[in-house]
Amino acid sequence: MNNLVNNTLKIVSLNHWYGQGEMKRHVLQSISMEIFPGEVVLLTGPSGCGKTTLLTLIGALRKVQDGDLRVFGKQLCGASRKTRQNLRKNIGMIFQGHNLLRCLTAEQNVQMGADLLNGFSYKARRAQSREWLRAVGLEDQMAKLPHDLSGGQKQRVAIARALAARPKLLLADEPTSALDSSTGREIVILLKKLAIEQSCSVLMVTHDPRILDVADRLLRMEDGQLLPSV
Amino acid sequence: MKLKRFFEKRKIPLAWLLLTRQPLRILVAIAGISFAGILMFMQLGFRDGLFDASVTVHKLFNADLVLISPRSKSSISMSGFPRRRLVQSMAHKDVIGTTAVNWNFLLWRNPENLSTRSILALGFEPSKPLLVDSDFERKAATLKNKGRVLFDDLSRDEFGPISAWFKSGRLVETEVSGKRVRVSGIVSLGPSFGADGNLITSSETYLGLSPGNPQGSIEIGLVRLKKGSDIEKVVRSLNLSLPSDVKVMSLKSFIDFEKNYWKSSTSIGFIFTLGAAMGFIVGCVIVYQILYSDVSDHLPEYATLMAMGYNLRSLLGVVAREGFILSIMGYIPAYISGQALYALVRSSTKLPVEMSFSRASIIFFLILFMCMGSALAAMKKLADADPAEIF
Repeated sequence: MNNLVNNTLKIVSLNHWYGQGEMKRHVLQSISMEIFPGEVVLLTGPSGCGKTTLLTLIGALRKVQDGDLRVFGKQLCGASRKTRQNLRKNIGMIFQGHNLLRCLTAEQNVQMGADLLNGFSYKARRAQSREWLRAVGLEDQMAKLPHDLSGGQKQRVAIARALAARPKLLLADEPTSALDSSTGREIVILLKKLAIEQSCSVLMVTHDPRILDVADRLLRMEDGQLLPSV
Repeated sequence: MKLKRFFEKRKIPLAWLLLTRQPLRILVAIAGISFAGILMFMQLGFRDGLFDASVTVHKLFNADLVLISPRSKSSISMSGFPRRRLVQSMAHKDVIGTTAVNWNFLLWRNPENLSTRSILALGFEPSKPLLVDSDFERKAATLKNKGRVLFDDLSRDEFGPISAWFKSGRLVETEVSGKRVRVSGIVSLGPSFGADGNLITSSETYLGLSPGNPQGSIEIGLVRLKKGSDIEKVVRSLNLSLPSDVKVMSLKSFIDFEKNYWKSSTSIGFIFTLGAAMGFIVGCVIVYQILYSDVSDHLPEYATLMAMGYNLRSLLGVVAREGFILSIMGYIPAYISGQALYALVRSSTKLPVEMSFSRASIIFFLILFMCMGSALAAMKKLADADPAEIF
């Protein structure tokens, strides 16, 4: 990673289209933004405005069509499949549905994240996974399968899994949508606390008005365009 | 040291957990693979067993070379040739001994229920060696009296409880081709595909039992050579010096000649190989079905792993490992059932069906190939796992 780059994420006039010919839709229109280390940024906007598309582009899950998108200083526009794959190891993801592996216990799910780290022995990675589960308050639920956990507990496991890979950037897509309001708020505050401890930046897409105050910065999006910040 | 490093580097055994957390699916998979394996074990076992059985007696002959008539096609259709040829072969400097053998099917009467059945009868001069069995010479001596026979206790039960009666000390007498004979000993040869049972007797008795046999005609001539003789060379020179009404071959080519008849002139080889191929195909379909539905069911999870930073290759590795685990878990019960079924076949048909190392390993590799091939086909489905779709 380039030490001279002081921002985690830098986007300059990013454009994206879906479909072909007549059906072609301009879903992202010259987006520009920046995120700095340790910053927690919330992205809101009506559904269908392109938030999730932006998230998948930043997460190196989709090919960038036009514009300048750098994560940790690495240009993603025109990047090879391998570059994107390697970059993903440094980006943590938390999904709307927790997306835990059904056949693994909570502890094993977290270890799937820790296993992405090189240079640690099995024992060390296992210890780290346990540490993360303790940090999200699930030390009693380690051996349970996702099936036996509540919605909030599953999302906590997902946070622990994402952080176990020690990402420098955490992307979260409506992590609270499946949870009741108090649990949702609790989860987001926990997420912020842990992310800051790791000096990890967070970009979170959300609809939930009750968690907006957690953010360092708030971005609004409408019809594929970022609105000037208030 | 390397092992320790491997141990340190290991990760969550995802393939194993994916399979074992779905007990029903893995049970179906193991049942299917074992079934395919058992089918292959049985079909190939029968095939090899039948081929081996066709030469049980051949293998026991105490001989280096064998003389047969060129008209003989197999052990069930042996033609005669003049016994003089065997005497002529003695002229070769490397030949140290010969045995003339009559070989034909005769009718044996079961002394218990008096039904008759065709039995393979071997006639030879009891003072000469016939079989490599060390104890055989003593038994052969009893044949010097006329009307005595040695009975093969591995013959099918339909010939009567001969060896049981004999061992209990009873005097066993019955009829062969309508003439009275007495059992004076028991040998162990084994039935073949062509012969349900065997008996050995002296040339004199044999000719009495089969009076139609032309004077001085034998079916097999056994020739023993000096130690260290070049067998192939002697075969060539005897074939040149003897008239064309006799064919000389080494014992090994005599065995191959017989096996070859059953392989090429009958449908046994084809039928059983086809049966094994059916088992293989059934197994492929089952494993493919299992792995394909397993990948489809876990597609969102595979996509999640890709989003986390696992590359496609490591996920393909998970499917490959699933295939490998299935092949091991399917092979073990197939092997054990194969052993049990072979024992059953041996006791009920007396065919020499054994678990040979080569067949056990061939079938292991067939099952491995079956599972890995199916895994490879199921991997195509993994290409559908698009991490961009899971948000």
